[in-house]
Amino acid sequence: MALIEADGIHVRFGDRVVLEEINLSVNEGELHGIMGPNGAGKTTFFNTLTGSVKPSRGRIRLDGSDIAGLDPHAIARKGVARSFQIMTLFNDFTAQENVMVALPAFRARGFDVHRAVAGDTALADEANAVLASVGLGAKAAISAKLLSYGERRALEIAVALAQRPRVLCLDEPTSGLGTDGTLRLADLIGALKGKLTIVAVEHDMRFLFSLADRISVIHWGQVVARGTPRELQENPWVKRSNLGSFG
Amino acid sequence: MTGTSSDARLITPTMLGTWLVLATVPLWISAVGLYPYIGVEIVIWSIYALAFNLLLGTSGLPSFGHGAFFGVGAYAFGLTQFNIAANIWVSLAGALLAGAFAGLLVGLFIAHRRGIYFALMTIAFGQIFWTISVKWHSVTGGEDGLLNIARLPVNLGVVSFDITDNDALYYFVLAVFAVVVVLLWRLVNSPYGRILSAIRQSEVRTAHLGYNVWLYKLSVIVLSAAFSGFAGGLFAMAQRSAFPDVMNLAQSGLIVMMTLVGGGLVSFWGPVIGVIVFLIARDVIGAATNAWMLYFGTMFVLLVLFRPEGIAGTAKLIAERWRSRSATPAVLSSETRSG
Repeated sequence: MALIEADGIHVRFGDRVVLEEINLSVNEGELHGIMGPNGAGKTTFFNTLTGSVKPSRGRIRLDGSDIAGLDPHAIARKGVARSFQIMTLFNDFTAQENVMVALPAFRARGFDVHRAVAGDTALADEANAVLASVGLGAKAAISAKLLSYGERRALEIAVALAQRPRVLCLDEPTSGLGTDGTLRLADLIGALKGKLTIVAVEHDMRFLFSLADRISVIHWGQVVARGTPRELQENPWVKRSNLGSFG
Repeated sequence: MTGTSSDARLITPTMLGTWLVLATVPLWISAVGLYPYIGVEIVIWSIYALAFNLLLGTSGLPSFGHGAFFGVGAYAFGLTQFNIAANIWVSLAGALLAGAFAGLLVGLFIAHRRGIYFALMTIAFGQIFWTISVKWHSVTGGEDGLLNIARLPVNLGVVSFDITDNDALYYFVLAVFAVVVVLLWRLVNSPYGRILSAIRQSEVRTAHLGYNVWLYKLSVIVLSAAFSGFAGGLFAMAQRSAFPDVMNLAQSGLIVMMTLVGGGLVSFWGPVIGVIVFLIARDVIGAATNAWMLYFGTMFVLLVLFRPEGIAGTAKLIAERWRSRSATPAVLSSETRSG
């Protein structure tokens, strides 16, 4: 059954139509890949799903209720988390603090001004568990700006996971990673597969074809092809465009 | 910024040390060639600077019109005293509430802005408040100011203290300062304070974590304005008057300068250090030359160019270097320090 569903999404900036008519439905527990050439509208679609771009037409249903046009914080509260292609971490915070502020238990106390955060072991333990799940267990006390590039990529995902999302949206998670880093990330996301509903925009074809249940190809603001990785490799459009050539 | 045990404490050793040193000020201030009233000024401006730094240092919101809230509090203290009740607590509450209300009014217009747009809007609103204070003669007294504001007795129910004397006034404002420091320290180390800090680092990410960034920004503008108004009320009482000049652009710039010089961007105590350095420099250099702002301004420019983290940040850096030199191996100690 579809957990998140985009229906006729149309986005324009001024007189430029960016998304023509996007339809997409992602089932609960599915890992759905989105690919397409640069400038195809992948990121705009992603921003529309998570609230930073408002569609001019169309609906986005999360578990049946329309979330299109809600503010990012409202969509996040309904259980849609996202990571960022250009890493958006709290650089002055430690890895643990980055994850901690993302926890729903922390959010519930957002306007609490009389209890100190330091010394709250329940929150710290919960944050450490999330860090451990992405392989950053030993880095909890390190400031985010001092982590290596690969560790920061993992922290990006840890922050999104800490939100306990129903839908996890990953924007180019392998961006800037080398072969080793990409393999490690594939392991991590492979472990999440099935437990979470995941929508991933990704350039790395090998990565996407090995992990995704289904893939949608976006071009000229429309979905031009859709199917399982195997089906897509046979798709004439994909063949012609070289996208499926594992380049 | 990392969590340490002192973050969790209600009262820290640094606070106790600061209060103790400040408590001895009347004993030696005349002996070193300064006059006792400067202590009153330092403490009141410290409250103002800490309140201002809730926006600049904690939340990353640059306000260049903060004098408006300080001034509104000063007038409110006098007007409450004249028209509602000649009671110090009622007058101070009046200053606090007036500051909060002015903050709410301004915040509704600017809480969705950030960066340079935010800064420009605060200047514009600062000028509006200043103009009102000059032109609304029947209420504010215009350029002549609001005069004859009394240093009301501190009524604690069973006992009542007279604070018309500068030393007595000093100990009263110091006690108030101690309470404000405890409140603000707890606030910046609470979940709410962490989220303000998160907003400073990335508004976008904070919003995508489910926080209503606009509401947090609005609330901290109101809080900062309320404490600034409160400090303005104390200032009006200390000066026995309220004038428009505290609201003008130059005076609003001073609080920014003090906070940056002290190191408000990296340290809770930075604004207090900045106020102490600024006011003492004003009196010491000012006694020698009328062009004292030239020298202080030069120092400010050099500091911003070479040490943007201010005095507190520089002191922290030196302390860390010294610690890592005395500890071996150096690499290991630099890792444990960040925790």
